[in-house]
Amino acid sequence: MGQNTAATLRHSFTRRSFLIGGVQGGIGLLLAARMGYLAVAENEKYKMQAESNRVNLTLIPPRRGWILDRAGQPLASNRADFRVDIVPERLQDAEREVDQLGQLLQLTAVQIQDLKDKLADARGFQPVEVASGLDYDKFAAVSVRLPELPGVVPQRGFSRYYPSGPSVGHLLGYVGAASAKEYEKEHIPLLVTPGFKLGKDGLEKEYDQILRGKPGARRAEVTASGEIVRDLDTREDTPGQSIRLTIDGALQDFASRRIGLQSAAVVVIDCQTGGILTLASMPCFDPNTFANGIGRIEWKMLNDDDHIPLLNKAVRGLYPPGSTVKPLASLALQINGVSPDEKVNCPGGYQLGNRFFRCDARHGVLDMRGAIEHSCNTYFWSMVHRVGYENVAPVAKMLGLGQEYDLPGINQRYGTVPDPEWKMRRYNQEWTASDGLNAAIGQGYVLVSPLQLALMTARIASGRDLLPSLMFGHPKPLGPALPFTPEQLAVTHDGMFRVVNGSGTAAASRLNVGNITMSGKTGTAQVRKLISRGGGGDWKGRDHSWFICFAPSEAPRYAMAVVVEHGGFGASAAAPIAKDVMTCLFDPQKAWAGLIEMEKTWGGPPAQRMAEKYRVYAAQYGVSAPKVDGDAAVEEAMSRSEGNEPQAQTTGVVTGAESGETQAAPAPSPAPSADAKDAAPSGAPQ
Amino acid sequence: MARSLIPAPIAELPWRVILPLACLTCFGAAVLYSAAGGSMSPYASSHLSRFVLFLAMALVIRRFPKEIVRWAAFPAYGAVVLLLMGVEALGFVGGGSQRWLALGPLVLQPSELMKPTIVLVLASFYNSLPVGEIGGWRSILPAGALIAVPAALVIIQPDLGTALAICFGGGCTIFLAGLPMRWFVGGGVAAAVIAPLAFFFGLHDYQRNRVLVFLDPESDPLGTGYHITQSKIAIGSGGILGKGFGNGSQSHLNYLPESHTDFVFATMSEEWGLVGGLGVLLVFGIILRWGLGVARRAPDRFSQLLAAGMTVTIFFYVMINLMMVTGLAPVVGIPLPFMSHGGSSMMTNMICIGTLMMVDRWTKEGGSSSSFS
Repeated sequence: MGQNTAATLRHSFTRRSFLIGGVQGGIGLLLAARMGYLAVAENEKYKMQAESNRVNLTLIPPRRGWILDRAGQPLASNRADFRVDIVPERLQDAEREVDQLGQLLQLTAVQIQDLKDKLADARGFQPVEVASGLDYDKFAAVSVRLPELPGVVPQRGFSRYYPSGPSVGHLLGYVGAASAKEYEKEHIPLLVTPGFKLGKDGLEKEYDQILRGKPGARRAEVTASGEIVRDLDTREDTPGQSIRLTIDGALQDFASRRIGLQSAAVVVIDCQTGGILTLASMPCFDPNTFANGIGRIEWKMLNDDDHIPLLNKAVRGLYPPGSTVKPLASLALQINGVSPDEKVNCPGGYQLGNRFFRCDARHGVLDMRGAIEHSCNTYFWSMVHRVGYENVAPVAKMLGLGQEYDLPGINQRYGTVPDPEWKMRRYNQEWTASDGLNAAIGQGYVLVSPLQLALMTARIASGRDLLPSLMFGHPKPLGPALPFTPEQLAVTHDGMFRVVNGSGTAAASRLNVGNITMSGKTGTAQVRKLISRGGGGDWKGRDHSWFICFAPSEAPRYAMAVVVEHGGFGASAAAPIAKDVMTCLFDPQKAWAGLIEMEKTWGGPPAQRMAEKYRVYAAQYGVSAPKVDGDAAVEEAMSRSEGNEPQAQTTGVVTGAESGETQAAPAPSPAPSADAKDAAPSGAPQ
Repeated sequence: MARSLIPAPIAELPWRVILPLACLTCFGAAVLYSAAGGSMSPYASSHLSRFVLFLAMALVIRRFPKEIVRWAAFPAYGAVVLLLMGVEALGFVGGGSQRWLALGPLVLQPSELMKPTIVLVLASFYNSLPVGEIGGWRSILPAGALIAVPAALVIIQPDLGTALAICFGGGCTIFLAGLPMRWFVGGGVAAAVIAPLAFFFGLHDYQRNRVLVFLDPESDPLGTGYHITQSKIAIGSGGILGKGFGNGSQSHLNYLPESHTDFVFATMSEEWGLVGGLGVLLVFGIILRWGLGVARRAPDRFSQLLAAGMTVTIFFYVMINLMMVTGLAPVVGIPLPFMSHGGSSMMTNMICIGTLMMVDRWTKEGGSSSSFS
């Protein structure tokens, strides 16, 4: 480079200014090309992206299909509803917004605490229900303040409604917002749409896909912050299909309410089809309030209740059946060659080797019919001892005990029909003659559920191998024919007829409906060895009260099993309930009139009693009640409530005794002590 | 011609630049009108009134005599550096960074003033530098210091965009002053080495993040990449003819951030399409071409460097902004001259335009008699 002069610098300036101009032009061309590329070549792509920005597709939760009873009356329906949800990830100032919602909706401190609990547990995308069933004024109050409440979604829609509330809780289950786990399993937007509920338990869960329906959609133009500018168009939802059950809704409600303050289960089966008319277990949660999530107070109420409201006792409660197995035993004896006319003398007990098994009374000389009528243990001990319990057990299974049934959404337990092989497998012990005697009168190792006993009753009543069904119009085909002759069945029916209509144990529970008669059998299942039988003592120590029955006696139409936990004698707790439920089948007006009177003394129908209890609890504990840990905790509690049922499993092994209404010292029997903590020590030979 | 019908003082105004500018500004006002949801307030009316105000200021600058401008270069530079230091000090005292200086009712952003000032001071420096020194160390070190001091002050504000603008304006002026080409090639190589180092050690987290996201906007579609993505959607969805005036969903529904300031070009493109975009590009081309033409015609070295530096400063705004909105450059907060809503960029650009008009006047009034002394 030579020496610079003014001229070369000027020259250089000109050259370089052209260079800069060229660069500018080049960049201009580059920009023009880039714009052309974006606006022409990629126009389609960006048009779509702009459109998906602009248009927001909101799913409209579908109306859930109804669940109908056999008459087409809704057990679960939907009602129009104003509701408010929160989408947690869109909240900006959760604390302030929750407090503001609390004011607008006039929530109580407990409700606000429950809402905060739910928010704390929810993942960001999961909508959390604030309130449903709002009146229009509150709904409007929230709607107009939406700009200050980002993440709050008020909408009108439909919510699940169970007209008979707690009466159908165990049967139908309940619905609720999808949990994180459920959303992981089924990753579709509908599950996180505010207001959408899916089945959480029972039939609601089993038939969820059928009941669910197809969501509608609303297309709206929205701003970047989610405000709706205008609605573009709307596609209606397709409601879910209805399902129809064999359940008689009114009877289910009646039976549940008739249970009153007891902890009990009632199962009614149609003797012609095997259809289940009633599957009641009380106390129960109210599925209407469960749908909004379970609050602290509700949780404490459920946990504090020793009646275990979360357990479906009709299918998952296992109890020793006590004397309700005697009709079964009578059939087993007959097909094993015992003549029903053979007589046994009851001197007040039965001597086996050097042990004396005490009966409830000195029944004197009885034949088979009389032994059923008076529930004489001595008769069955001596006869079962003769044929061997190993020949009775198959009949018990044949009649439905110790089995599970294909019922949708009904989670059952098998129970136990013991035999030598079972005992060896379970306890690694030899079967003893005492075990057979205990089992013969429904004690010892025998455990059954109310559903099984109802089915047994239906099979005995009809003489046919019925299978229980729950879906209306889909009865289960009959199983293999039962090996009993009509004459053999007639003996058993006769004995059961005399229990109610003769001088038997349930004579006080005779039906008062025209000339319709009921046949039945009481049972008093001993929970633990007592100083005195029946009532008295603490609740947990009292015997379980059973009653099985069918009606009309001469042409059985309905079969029923009732268990009242710790109800005392079968005749005093279970039989009156069975009588009223049976009355409801033939003369509903009369039955309901009686029930309404009774409920007045119990503090009203179950939903009202629960509301009152909630009020008391809320006043006492307020927000200090422990928090619910979401769905997982509820599931755990439901399985825990099985474990909380030790009476059924461990107490069955204690002693055999029956429900004569006479006071008698319990007959001690050699009880295998198993794992029973509650169980009394084995009785000494007398 | 028509010249006889119009009074001389008006006729002699540089309409070749005022008319394109007015067109651009009015078009900008139309876009701002749409961005405000079809309303003159709050953007369009203030945009227009600022234009009128600053155009008047530019016409006043146009009247400045050369000697005074040349004499005032260093004092002006010193004053702006002091202002920059004042901003820093205020920020330090106030416990936070700040870019503004409130002088009574006037809110001043000294870093903006520095953009034309750096060009002015460098033009003056090279004008006074003996011709023989070009190519020696005395031609580069003082100039480098003149750029480095304000650039450093701005970068710690922190305002990377403005610091780059200062460096770019200053660097181009040095380039045009005729320093050896090999220095610039060497500087380019050095920059290629230093840039990665600066990236990892010199930038703030948010600045580094912006660069990273620029390289892959989809990696962070709701964070920093959101700006670029939404801007590309706006421009791309506009197509050739656009969605029509007032129909831009990206800007109207607030998907496009800063739709009235830094991303006003995307707002415009969405509604006016490629045609609008090329039109704006064309008008900027006319203005910049005029600016370089003024520089080439300028009678002396000072005027030449001053005019070319001012043109390049405007160019830098346009280039960076348009590359940013079309996804060719990272997001730096630089507005589009005469279209983006905002007073300080309008002021800076009008100072540049005014200076160009001033040089143009010197050329015309000095005639060809004025020589390179």
